[in-house]
Amino acid sequence: MTLESQVAVAGGTGRLDRFLFGDNQFFGVNHMSEEKARAQSMRFQRVDAVMDVLDDAYAAGVRSFMCTTHDRIAEIVDRVRSDPQHYEGFTFLPCMPYAHKYADAVTESGMLGALRRFLPEEGMLNAMVRGGRSVATKDVEGLITLLVDAEMAMFRGVPTPVVWLQNVVVDLLLGLGFTDAFAIFARHVRTRYGAEPGFITMNLPMLLGVLEQAGIENPLVCSNINKIGFRMSGGIEAYQEALDARPFRAVAMSVFASGAIPPREALEWIFAQPHIESVVFGASSRAHIRQTVELVRELG
Amino acid sequence: MIRMGVVGLGKMGLSHLSMVGAHPDVSVDAVVDSTGYILDVLGRYTGMRTFGDYQEMLDGVELDAVLIATPTRFHAPMVRSALERGLHVFCEKPLCLTAAESRELAEMASERGLVTQVGYHNRFVGAFKEVRRLLDLGAIGKVSHVLVEAYGPVVLRPKGSTWRSKRTEGGGALYDYAAHPIDLAAWYAGVPYGVGGTVLGGVFSTDTEDEVFSTLFFDQGTSAQVSVNWSDESYRKMTTQVTITGTGGRIHADRQEVQVYLRSTAPEVDGYEPGWNVKYTTELTDPVWFYLRGEEYSAQLDHFVRRIGDPALPDVNSFASAAVTDRVLEMLTIDAAAGPTTLDAAAVAPLPVPQHRRSLLRRRA
Repeated sequence: MTLESQVAVAGGTGRLDRFLFGDNQFFGVNHMSEEKARAQSMRFQRVDAVMDVLDDAYAAGVRSFMCTTHDRIAEIVDRVRSDPQHYEGFTFLPCMPYAHKYADAVTESGMLGALRRFLPEEGMLNAMVRGGRSVATKDVEGLITLLVDAEMAMFRGVPTPVVWLQNVVVDLLLGLGFTDAFAIFARHVRTRYGAEPGFITMNLPMLLGVLEQAGIENPLVCSNINKIGFRMSGGIEAYQEALDARPFRAVAMSVFASGAIPPREALEWIFAQPHIESVVFGASSRAHIRQTVELVRELG
Repeated sequence: MIRMGVVGLGKMGLSHLSMVGAHPDVSVDAVVDSTGYILDVLGRYTGMRTFGDYQEMLDGVELDAVLIATPTRFHAPMVRSALERGLHVFCEKPLCLTAAESRELAEMASERGLVTQVGYHNRFVGAFKEVRRLLDLGAIGKVSHVLVEAYGPVVLRPKGSTWRSKRTEGGGALYDYAAHPIDLAAWYAGVPYGVGGTVLGGVFSTDTEDEVFSTLFFDQGTSAQVSVNWSDESYRKMTTQVTITGTGGRIHADRQEVQVYLRSTAPEVDGYEPGWNVKYTTELTDPVWFYLRGEEYSAQLDHFVRRIGDPALPDVNSFASAAVTDRVLEMLTIDAAAGPTTLDAAAVAPLPVPQHRRSLLRRRA
């Protein structure tokens, strides 16, 4: 089942930067060690500490910040917005939603309670749930677009050339077969924000077919791509076949597999794969940022 | 192809539905929920066959298995109906609110030769599996103590409005949260013969507990301690960890890594050396066909599906195993109600959580 009105072909962004800066390190997300994650949470408790690292990244040539919609990102956006000259050309690539926020709210208040908490207006949701009538297509489409708008509010006034849908939502919808949701998201992101919709997934080969069904051509897709096949569901060969043969714009994350692969070896392998447009990496020290950026410039 | 019905579309149910929906050997032939709009949306956008009533679904659709993810108090009657019809059952944890019901259902399934599994996903986490493997190899000698912990930011204010905040429906930190680390303790140390010093404390909740602390006693002098708090905002999400001490060393593990200290007296284990050893999730985790929220969630469903095809595969988290965990949960409830041992008559005062009473100089019968 796809929407009658197909999503328009992307006219939006050109090529992404070769390297995108991620934000896991700022929010205590570390796929290797809870201890390291906590140490990072402590270090980045104050926004100043985050800004110092972002300034280092900017100085090293980073212009694209691929970030969650964590409440604290709003403070970072405020800093950048208030000093446009200092951050000339700096862009945000929001990844939504920040899932833990919703998951904890669902545990506490149930599905509807959680939706109510995050929606700017309750009217439509209440009409959908009470009434006893069937849920109409426009209700679902309205709900999705309202949730996107709620998450985008903090980015007002700064450039957001790409809006990503987080893997936990992309992959949930993928498994459910809720193909139309991808098209609704893509259309809204293009028309309302003039941005390119992006999809983050842990199941790249499976997702590409579904995005095609949804009428999203040459989609921007971010997934784990690394030499040891870590969290590449469907298998590393299927990923390589997809990179080789399928029309999509590949963004590689987890290229170092949480530190399991040395940087040079990891990036040499990445850039030996066909059609990888960008690499996402996160780092906390100036030296590490420079080293990674230089390696990408040298090898990519 | 396994024909499956998915019952209960809350947080766990929806993610299970997505994972089995993507499984190449499963056909989801029916979904059941009591909420009309969820069924409406799923039916309209995914073409799934939806039912508002469980019995009606069982009557109307030919299935091989059901996956039950409803609030805990509905588990027992729903599982029984499914087993009576000869269906294999995957049920969310905990299995039942009483250990007697869990045992009865385990026996019923076993008599009928049906495959059962309960959603204690930690037994499918690479790091926790490695701990079990090390214990099987005797890597840290004779185990004297097991510490299991779980912390997270679930209840951070006084008011909750779902079944998870009601003890009578299987809510509360004991059944909803502590069940996981307690299941790990039972996996590592066996069936405890008794428990003591249990605290079911309220931090914010009034109708149930937010903290669980207790000591479990096992044969041969092994003990375990449970420390659980789901009202701890310093954790970004649920964090479960185990620390096991033995004559030959110590193991500490969480979802991401295993840290092992082996004394020189410890037996040789391939890939490990005396002193500190650290193994990360990247080397301990097997790939899955579909990833949604951690390999363990996919792996447990895959194991259930494969066991239906090949019952000779080892049972992991069968009803019989979950009944042990339910029995421990029940012991903890009884122990907490008995209160602490005290010599001070004036100390007989109500505990913060209303349903618990202290008693004087009396321990378990």
